[in-house]
Amino acid sequence: MTSPDEALAHSASSADAAPGTPPGAARGAHGRGAPAGADSWRSRLYRWDMKASPYVFVAPFFVLFGAFTLVPLLYTAWYSLHNVQLSALDHQTWAGLDNYQHLLSSDFFWNALENTFTIGLISTVPQLMAAVWLAHLLNYRLRGSTVWRVVMLTPYATSVAAATLVFTLLYSWDGGMVNWVLHFFGAGPVNWRESDWGSQFAVSSIVIWRWTGYNALIYLAAMQAIPTDLYESAAIDGANRWQQFRHVTIPQLRPTILFTVVVSTIGATQLFGEPLLFGGVSGSKGGSEHQYQTLGLYMYDQGWIIGNLGKASAIAWSMFLILLLVAAVNLLLTRRLRKSQ
Amino acid sequence: MTTSEVTVPAAKVKRRRAMGAGRQLHAGPVTYVVLTVFALASLAPLVWTAIAASRTAHRLDQTPPPLWFGGNLFKNLQSAWDQAGLGTAMFNSLIVAGTITVSTVLFSTLAGFAFAKLRFRFSGLLLLLTIGTMMIPPQLAVVPLYLWMSDLGWSNQLQTVILPSLVTAFGTFFMRQYLVQALPSELIEAARVDGASSLRVVWHVVFPAARPAMAVLGLLTFVFAWNDFLWPIIALNQQNPTVQVALNSLGTGYVPDQAVIMAGALLGTLPLLIAFLLFGKQIVGGIMQGAIKG
Repeated sequence: MTSPDEALAHSASSADAAPGTPPGAARGAHGRGAPAGADSWRSRLYRWDMKASPYVFVAPFFVLFGAFTLVPLLYTAWYSLHNVQLSALDHQTWAGLDNYQHLLSSDFFWNALENTFTIGLISTVPQLMAAVWLAHLLNYRLRGSTVWRVVMLTPYATSVAAATLVFTLLYSWDGGMVNWVLHFFGAGPVNWRESDWGSQFAVSSIVIWRWTGYNALIYLAAMQAIPTDLYESAAIDGANRWQQFRHVTIPQLRPTILFTVVVSTIGATQLFGEPLLFGGVSGSKGGSEHQYQTLGLYMYDQGWIIGNLGKASAIAWSMFLILLLVAAVNLLLTRRLRKSQ
Repeated sequence: MTTSEVTVPAAKVKRRRAMGAGRQLHAGPVTYVVLTVFALASLAPLVWTAIAASRTAHRLDQTPPPLWFGGNLFKNLQSAWDQAGLGTAMFNSLIVAGTITVSTVLFSTLAGFAFAKLRFRFSGLLLLLTIGTMMIPPQLAVVPLYLWMSDLGWSNQLQTVILPSLVTAFGTFFMRQYLVQALPSELIEAARVDGASSLRVVWHVVFPAARPAMAVLGLLTFVFAWNDFLWPIIALNQQNPTVQVALNSLGTGYVPDQAVIMAGALLGTLPLLIAFLLFGKQIVGGIMQGAIKG
């Protein structure tokens, strides 16, 4: 190393270090008794390290996430405008909006959209209501509170596959536990596999079973953050427990409720594993009459059973657009609600 | 007013707040009854899986359904294990979920640390992008991923399942939220004063501070990866399945023996249930703390 170089590096480094970097950094670089040459090399390395390391730390995430989520998202749009067959992957031809046109004129698409909406509604609404109630109960001072929480969360650890196989058997036509209990109470047996509302209810109940405890914990976390003073002043005003719940807990929970509604809506839009497995051999069709074929199932059926990947891409993008629409409506509704108060 | 007069009630209020609203109210008998009903609803399907797995298919077809254990459990477990190839499947799931967990925790901590404590250009924008993309459904990526993996000749191989899940936006955001509070900036500055390189700071300061959150994120990621269904079922065939793919093949078999299927469901869930028994408290804490993810 030559001395002019050192001098240059030194002056540059101290000039650089002056405004932006924390005082500690400059001291760390210069305050050592090392020979001047080694010091400047080190300080240059040090400054480079300071500048580059944030990017190095976030790079793996963005590279991997971009490559396997964001870029595919755009490619899906591209493929949705093409004719791509599973049997001839190398032979892709431009199709324009044909795939979308086919979708809009297909009864199965509208059927799947309607089923997704219905199943989403009858799985999400009771689930979140039960979760609020459950969270409210778990918020009392309880014996063995942790045990209760862990027990309520066990279904979350059960996979879609295992849970659905069990529920399918519970809902079987003869010998099934559910129909036996119904008989016990004097009600007739329900054909949970074939009937329209019966099968949709059955599929929803699997979703409800797996996710109620999870949502209850999220509500519980939010409830524990509500200041006690609010309850105390409500009590002074003569509010009973139910009124406190209605006028203190629920309003305070509103942001969390909105959050879980959004997350559950997204989950409902993607519903796939439960109806697929509930259907057994003809799973991707969503039952003999497509009575519980959801959009997620329809996409899988068109793409990997029938083998039309272009159309599957179009279905995927339709799902995305519907999600964006739902999010927009959600946002609008909450604004309206906030204003009306 | 003396200071002691001020501090004592303040501490009391603080403690009561930490305990949470409503918690000073003891649960009455009705609460316990309702909670027991919820708990039974949560556990009964799992217990009944074990009951059904211990019977024969013939017995399961009869009314009333069996309410107590029979003697066929080990025979059915053996059949399920052989028919669904659960040995291979468990091994595959372990590799897939293990790799995904290690990678997600490592990269989430690094990126989360950068977002929480380092200043760099576009950091705000990049964080916003990260949060925004948490809402993208996995369905939107599967067609191109399938085509690319086929091009690479990787159909039915484990890396096909692993690669797209190596990082999550949720993990990054989760670690960022934790480190903002849990990692004192003074600690980083002190290390800097000593001339520590960024790598040393990460190793000696960030990782120790992040350890509790890393453990929780690891557990959540493992549960998620073990149970993932959509992409594995597209990417893998029945010759080289994960546990979920193997269970699916059991369910769609043409001679379904329900007792064997239940035995398979039991085996496929068992590893996670054991993990849950051991770490349930941490998982509960993690969900309540992170309070996100669908």
